[in-house]
Amino acid sequence: MIQYIVRRLILVVVLMWIVSMVTFGIFFLIPQATGTNPAVLFAGKAPTPDTVKNVEIKLGLNKPLVTQYADFIGGIFTGRHFDNGRDKTNCPAPCLGYSFVNDQPVWSEMISDLPVTVSLASGASILWLVSGVSVGVVSALRRRSFFDRASMGIALAGVSLPIYFTGLVLLDLFSFKWQILPNVHYVGITQNPISWARNMLLPWIALAFLYAALYARLTRAGMLETMGEDYIRTARAKGLTERRVISRHALRAALTPIVTIFGLDLGQLLGGAILTEYTFGFIGIGHLSVDAIGRQDLPVIMGVTLFAAFFIVFANLVVDVLYAFVDPRVRYS
Amino acid sequence: MTEAEPRGAHSGGELSPQAFLDVRDLRIHFPTDDGLVRAVDGLSFHVERGKTLAIVGESGSGKSVTSLGILGLYNKRNSKMSGEIYLDGKELVNAHPDEVRALRGNKMSMIFQDPLSSLHPYYTIGWQIQEAYRVHNHVTKHEARTRSIELLRRVGIPQPDRRVDDYPHQFSGGMRQRAMIAMSLSCNPELLIADEPTTALDVTVQAQILDLMKDLQQEYNSAIIVITHDLGVVAEVADDVVVMYAGRAMEYGTVGEVFYQPEHPYTWGLLGSVTRMDRDREDRLQPIPGNPPSLINVPPGCPFHRRCRYAALNGGKEREVVPPLEETTPGHLVACHLPIEERRRIFREEIATHI
Repeated sequence: MIQYIVRRLILVVVLMWIVSMVTFGIFFLIPQATGTNPAVLFAGKAPTPDTVKNVEIKLGLNKPLVTQYADFIGGIFTGRHFDNGRDKTNCPAPCLGYSFVNDQPVWSEMISDLPVTVSLASGASILWLVSGVSVGVVSALRRRSFFDRASMGIALAGVSLPIYFTGLVLLDLFSFKWQILPNVHYVGITQNPISWARNMLLPWIALAFLYAALYARLTRAGMLETMGEDYIRTARAKGLTERRVISRHALRAALTPIVTIFGLDLGQLLGGAILTEYTFGFIGIGHLSVDAIGRQDLPVIMGVTLFAAFFIVFANLVVDVLYAFVDPRVRYS
Repeated sequence: MTEAEPRGAHSGGELSPQAFLDVRDLRIHFPTDDGLVRAVDGLSFHVERGKTLAIVGESGSGKSVTSLGILGLYNKRNSKMSGEIYLDGKELVNAHPDEVRALRGNKMSMIFQDPLSSLHPYYTIGWQIQEAYRVHNHVTKHEARTRSIELLRRVGIPQPDRRVDDYPHQFSGGMRQRAMIAMSLSCNPELLIADEPTTALDVTVQAQILDLMKDLQQEYNSAIIVITHDLGVVAEVADDVVVMYAGRAMEYGTVGEVFYQPEHPYTWGLLGSVTRMDRDREDRLQPIPGNPPSLINVPPGCPFHRRCRYAALNGGKEREVVPPLEETTPGHLVACHLPIEERRRIFREEIATHI
């Protein structure tokens, strides 16, 4: 088992290394190869020649490519100084680059927006996992019943409706018409946990609705398939109660694919839930990246890309390890 | 139910004292969108303790449905079951599902074919055996574990105290079937149903598994039903044989009677379908023409008449009347319209030389 985890960890490192190369390639190599000065791109929208010159020297674009890449990677682990001879810009580790648009290290910008994204993703994911799986299980066990048809109908709506529709409907009803919940704005969990939860509730529900629908359908399909397996017949032949057959034998097998997608979905959301953040006016990673694109703030875009890639790779690792716990066949192969 | 009731399906009629397992006029039907599937349609047989009954027939003849029906594994929502099943005097068809469940895995248990898919891939062999034991016995985890190791040893798993913690995928095919048998034996069942227990195994392992089942039967004096389409298995283990076709018994008797004095053309066909390496190549295999009928549209009259070479000898009766299962000699029952003398003559003159 430990050997398995170590193997996976090595793979993660290799994968992140490849991701960093690709990212570096896209942002540094391609412009240079096509004759564009990356400094112009990195300097933001409509830079002055002075800024361009400044950026060029600070990024070390006059140095060989290998050195540029080494500096870039080195910055992540040890921090970096952008030096043009006149002034020094300090970017402590982990340095994902420096935004020349607002004179800020990319990392500190992301860190300040991360709590919003994490709050959103964690709460919503618990909500959709619990509701989606339980609805799916009940639907599968009462196949073709009223509950099954109704919940699968709602699930279809959930998958089809965009979040800026459900989100706004929820806001209109709960915050304005009935005034049960506050006009949503982000409150830090450390400041006031109760206010945090009350403000997060609608975004969680809106985001979870979208995913719960998908999870309900997947769980239902998985349960229906598992209930037809030979080992379920064996479990019944042992004289187990139907409750135990379902909880210990069917659910265990039906949930494995759910574990996989859950990890990936969560990883992806931690890289930013753009539509949800915009719908509820939250400034999270998603908002940051869209903002950066609008300003053509390449260092931030690059940082967010690496950051999001890290979450997805990390989520994959967690999924793989969980999978090995759940399915013994994975462990020994 | 308009067809002739196959009375006398067990020697001595319905007034005879009940056997240990006594199945009478069992019918298991499944309503589907395409129509009513008559998977088992008026089947009767009985098995005593210490005896083995084989149920043979082609795929889709209702063998497996019969066994799952005895165990009560069909629910009333999607199936219709009628008739009577007496296990040690207790009627099961109309019993409460919880009563049947308490017997299942305990007094009666089952060995399934394809042990890989029949064992849960995520739980250890030991856990799965212990679960079967603990559900019917109030014992500690430790006692259950000791019991599971003992059972694995009993079915011939080497180093059972270590292998008990293995997962099914770490066992070979033969070992999985042994583990499956260990699981079904966990509560000392008095009735053991084995559904094609050796189909998924290679030939050398088949013989070991059959020997094991015979040993265990002698030890526990349990009644065994073996479901198979392998006539070699029947010859090896069975005392009595039911030949099933389209959910009904075509012939029922001792192994000697059914193998050496078969009187039903379908039985002849089955016996002729066994590869005989001691014959000329063109005579080695004589398959039955055609396929088993759909259980939704069972042909009227004798269900076998469309594939029967001798159907025309009955003057049209075969297409209208279901032949009752009747005694030809005491204890040997055949459901065929051909007059007894005629079918014995055909067997003597045309069949016996070929099978």
